Amino acid sequence: MMRKSFVAAIALLAWCAGAAHAQTEIQWWHSMGGALGDKVNELAAKFNASQSAYKVVPVFKGSYPESMTAAIAAFRAGNAPHILQVFEVGTATMMAAKGAVVPVAKIMKDADEPFNPKAYLPTVAGYYTDSRGNMLSFPFNSSTVVFYVNKDAFKKAGLDPNKAPRTWKELLAAAEKLKAAGQQCVYTTGWPAWMHIENFSAWHNVPIGTRENGMAGTDTEFRINSPLHVRHLTMLGDMAKKGLFTYAGRTNQAEAKFASGECAMLTSSTGAQANIRRSAKFDWSVNFIPYHDHVPGAPQNSIIGGASLWVMGGKTNNAYKGVAKFFSFLSKPEVQMDWHTSTGYVPITMAAYALTRKSGFYDKNPGADVAIKQLTYKPPTANSKGLRFGNYVQGREVIEEEMEGVFAGKKDAKSALDEAVKRGNEILRKFQAANKG
Amino acid sequence: MEKRVVFRSAWLPYALVAPQIAVTLVFFFWPAAQAVYYSFLLQDAFGLNTQFVGLRNFTDLFTDSHYLDSFKVTALFSVVVAASGIAVSLLLATMADRVVRGAFAYKTLLIWPYAVAPAIAGVLWAFLFAPSIGIITYFLRRFGVDWNWIIDGDQAMLLVVIAATWKQISYNFLFFLAGLQSIPRSLIEAAAIDGATPTRRFWTIIFPLLSPTTFFLLVVNIVYAFFDTFGVIDATTQGGPAGATQILVYKVYYDGVKAADLGSSSAQSVILMFIVVALTVVQFRFVERKVQY
Repeated sequence: MMRKSFVAAIALLAWCAGAAHAQTEIQWWHSMGGALGDKVNELAAKFNASQSAYKVVPVFKGSYPESMTAAIAAFRAGNAPHILQVFEVGTATMMAAKGAVVPVAKIMKDADEPFNPKAYLPTVAGYYTDSRGNMLSFPFNSSTVVFYVNKDAFKKAGLDPNKAPRTWKELLAAAEKLKAAGQQCVYTTGWPAWMHIENFSAWHNVPIGTRENGMAGTDTEFRINSPLHVRHLTMLGDMAKKGLFTYAGRTNQAEAKFASGECAMLTSSTGAQANIRRSAKFDWSVNFIPYHDHVPGAPQNSIIGGASLWVMGGKTNNAYKGVAKFFSFLSKPEVQMDWHTSTGYVPITMAAYALTRKSGFYDKNPGADVAIKQLTYKPPTANSKGLRFGNYVQGREVIEEEMEGVFAGKKDAKSALDEAVKRGNEILRKFQAANKG
Repeated sequence: MEKRVVFRSAWLPYALVAPQIAVTLVFFFWPAAQAVYYSFLLQDAFGLNTQFVGLRNFTDLFTDSHYLDSFKVTALFSVVVAASGIAVSLLLATMADRVVRGAFAYKTLLIWPYAVAPAIAGVLWAFLFAPSIGIITYFLRRFGVDWNWIIDGDQAMLLVVIAATWKQISYNFLFFLAGLQSIPRSLIEAAAIDGATPTRRFWTIIFPLLSPTTFFLLVVNIVYAFFDTFGVIDATTQGGPAGATQILVYKVYYDGVKAADLGSSSAQSVILMFIVVALTVVQFRFVERKVQY
């Protein structure tokens, strides 16, 4: 009995080895849990069925920081995956790791796969392109921040539910009325730094940092203590004091507060829509994020969040060919449209956007195209095409820490932002020193 | 009469302790040496670029006011956790020691939390105290308390202290109970006959006789608060808001693992190593003198 199963095991092993010979495996580490993870598996299965030379194996590696940490450890140990999904704040770290990653543009060129960076939304492609115009990673899931309004709460407070506030002034006026009508939590936000510093700056066309928000070089410095930034954060601090703004945490905790009806207004990721659609028992709308109307030229355009796919170095040419083929597959408009409409992430190519529009999806799902309209509202400027700060996982945390000081009423906006700039710049200098080679 | 085993063989004693030494070398000394080595380096995340920077990681830390704040947070946190953990479990143990009926059930229930992993303990308390959906939050709101540890640093601190202490009470309880049961009944009875009140009996007889246990628990609890509470913090506040619950060991993890800054993280663990050595020396040299064995 024992011997039989042993022989069977050997046979199975041999068979597996044979199969692996015929097909080149491509490891893909990602951070898409739950329904998104199913969708990722579906994408890989479709690609695997479409040809027989390569097999993409998606592996869920936990949250964004977790999978990035895992990949860094794996790289140090010499067994990194072929493809790694990295969130947008990790971009600078990946870009600086020259020997560890292979630029996507090179992969595509070497494999003779057609690849045109111009096909992508400029705000998406720009985020992952170096200063010489080479696309370094492959944009995969991109989101942006939008403004959600509980229409029923607006109606109850005597406000026009079909007129979401467009400016912060209007938002304040609406907030006062909602509060007076007994709304316990009036306005809340997910991802405070992403919304109120990064997107806020892009939306008003002011720099987050020097050197084109760090995209032109690592010798960048934060500029988030400008009078406009101070004014905005002061306003939020005042709102918190008056009970018009409820702070919910650094990630997406605020989304649940909106979906449950506890909060009437929310700024957070487009990715929240799927959940809100499922659990909200009220009428709601998706809108552009508010702006300050005294700023000339505002609103500009918002910037993306989400993640891109990086190709790790040290693999065989054959495997890279497979990676290139897989990326070509992912770029197809119909694949993109399917991903966009089922996940809520924005379509990242113009062709996919056009195809989705033609399919009538936006007529059936009003609000689903707010994100892309906001991302492409005006052609992006040096201030609004994205950002690239070294060790920004740490940097963003520093900014959020200082913002929390203001929301708690312990600090004034000016000194908090000055401190954020000072501490943030120390992190940037350290990154610059560590990557000068 | 002293009982002592004497080894006649020259190598046998060494062979017997060898596994223990091997484990210590591999799991304690080697990582510790690596931490010291890395603390002098500046490296990018992937380890492609390494520079020797001398003491810069250390000087950076000591000029960073937030790192110094983390010391204060850690001191407050560990003193409160150790003190309240010991006080509450001593109270519970003295109570449980007196119970005659159902003593076994009480003891079992009190020991239970020890089997809960720190992360789970953190999640449990985080749920109870969750700012919008927590059941305790709901009651607090009725009493007019605005409970939101997401933004209120003091409340966040209170939350992690409660979660961390609750977890440790069982452990302390076990030791105190064992200590209490080893105190001769005759002593207490004699004092009672002499007319000493229960309170007086506790402070003049029981507490001094328990002092070895208390001292041992003090050392263990401080170490626990310094290191093992990591899971509780990671599962609840993650060091926030605004660094209000960022204890030293959490910052080591955050900077090293999440922010991929190995140099600073290693420097911090070296500092932490020194602190623990210093604390242990202090405890054994000064506090232990007050202990009666």
